[in-house]
Amino acid sequence: MMDMKQPFEKLVELHGATVLRVCRAVVGPSDAEDVWQETFLAALRAYPGLPPDANTEAWLVTIAHRKSLDAVRSTGRRAVPVGEVPETPSPHGVPGSGDAGNGLWSRVAALPDKQRRVIAYRYLADLAFNDIAAIVGGTPAAARRAASDGIKSLRTRLTATELEGESA
Amino acid sequence: MNMFASRPADPPSAGSLHTESPAAGTRPGELGPVDIALAPELITIEAGVLEHLHAGLAQRASNEGILDVAYRIVDTPVGKLLLACTERGLVRVAYEREGLDSVLNTLAERLSPRILEAPARLGEAARQVEEYFSGRRRSFDLPVDLALSTGFRRTVQQHLSAIGFGQTESYAEVARAVGNPKAVRAVGTACATNPLPVVLPCHRVLRSDGSLGGYIGGLEAKTALLRLEAEAA
Repeated sequence: MMDMKQPFEKLVELHGATVLRVCRAVVGPSDAEDVWQETFLAALRAYPGLPPDANTEAWLVTIAHRKSLDAVRSTGRRAVPVGEVPETPSPHGVPGSGDAGNGLWSRVAALPDKQRRVIAYRYLADLAFNDIAAIVGGTPAAARRAASDGIKSLRTRLTATELEGESA
Repeated sequence: MNMFASRPADPPSAGSLHTESPAAGTRPGELGPVDIALAPELITIEAGVLEHLHAGLAQRASNEGILDVAYRIVDTPVGKLLLACTERGLVRVAYEREGLDSVLNTLAERLSPRILEAPARLGEAARQVEEYFSGRRRSFDLPVDLALSTGFRRTVQQHLSAIGFGQTESYAEVARAVGNPKAVRAVGTACATNPLPVVLPCHRVLRSDGSLGGYIGGLEAKTALLRLEAEAA
C-alpha cells in the first residue's frame, strides 16, 4: 500500500457523504447533487495525475469548492444575500431534516458566503485551517477568524429564536 | 431555487409563524463547532441518495470514456464473484476468498485507478455467468481483455477455452497442447494466475492421476464447477 493509489471507488465510499454535506451547506440542497456529480466526475478525470500521498479529502473539497463557484456563476445568482433580497424567506427547508426554514440549517445558509464555506470545510469536512486557506484564499489565521465569526453569528441568531419545538 | 439568495439574514417571519415562547428551551451561547459537526440538519443524508448519486456518476463517467475499469459483484453457488471489465472486455473474475479489496487494489495498480462499481457495464457478463451456473450456458461469448497476463501464462490461458464444457485435461496435456510439453509446472502457475476463472475454464485442468490439483477459488469451488458441468453435460 506504500505509494499505491486507491481505486477511485474507495474515494467515493470514504468521502462521498462528506462532500455532499459540504455541497449542501455551500450551495443549498437543490443544487448540491449536481455539484457533487460535477465534483466527482472532475476528480475521476484528474485522479491518475494526483500524487499518491495527497490528502484526497482536501483535494475533493477543493474541487467541490470550484464547482460550487461555477454553479453559482452559471446561474448568475448571488451567493451572498445581504442587501438585495426579497422579504419572504424561502419556504424550502431541508428535506427530511425537519427544518421548516428556521433551524440551524437556515442560519448557516444565511451566513456570509466566506464564513459559511469556512465553517463547512472546517466542521463538516474536518479540514485544517491551512488546507482551508489554500482553498478559499487568504491566510490560515483569516480562515480561523472567519470560522469563529461565523460561529459567533450563528450563536447570536440562535439565541434570538427558540430552537426546540420549531423543528417538531 | 437558491435558498441562499432568497432568504433574509434574519427572517422576520419566525416569530409570527410560531407561537412558542422564544425564551423557553433556548440554548444561548452553547452552540459550538461540535454542534455544527453533529447537527442532524447538516449531516443527515437520506437513504438512497448516495447510491443514486453514485449510479449517476458511473453512468456519466462511462459515457465520457473516463471509467477505465468497471466492476460488479454477483452472487453464485460458489460465493460472491467480482466481475471487472475495461473498454476492451472482461478483464478479471475474482473469488471472494482472494479478498475483493486486494483485487481492486491490484487492478488500480496494474490497469488504472479510475475504477467504479458500475453494474450496468457488466450486465451481459453477469447474465452469462448466471446462465452458466444454472446449467443453461456451456460457453461464454464475451469480449475478453487479457491485459493482466503476459507471455507463456497468457498462451496457456488462451488455450483454456478450447477445453469444452464437461471435459477435462491434465496439466501435462495442456503443456503439450501449447507446444511446450516440459512446462507442466509452468502450466500449473498459469492456471493459478488465471485472471478470468470460470470464464476461462482453468477448473477443467486436473493432475494426470485425476486428482484436482489447485484452484484459485479453492478446491471446493473447483469440485462444484466440475460437478455442475458433469450434471449438465
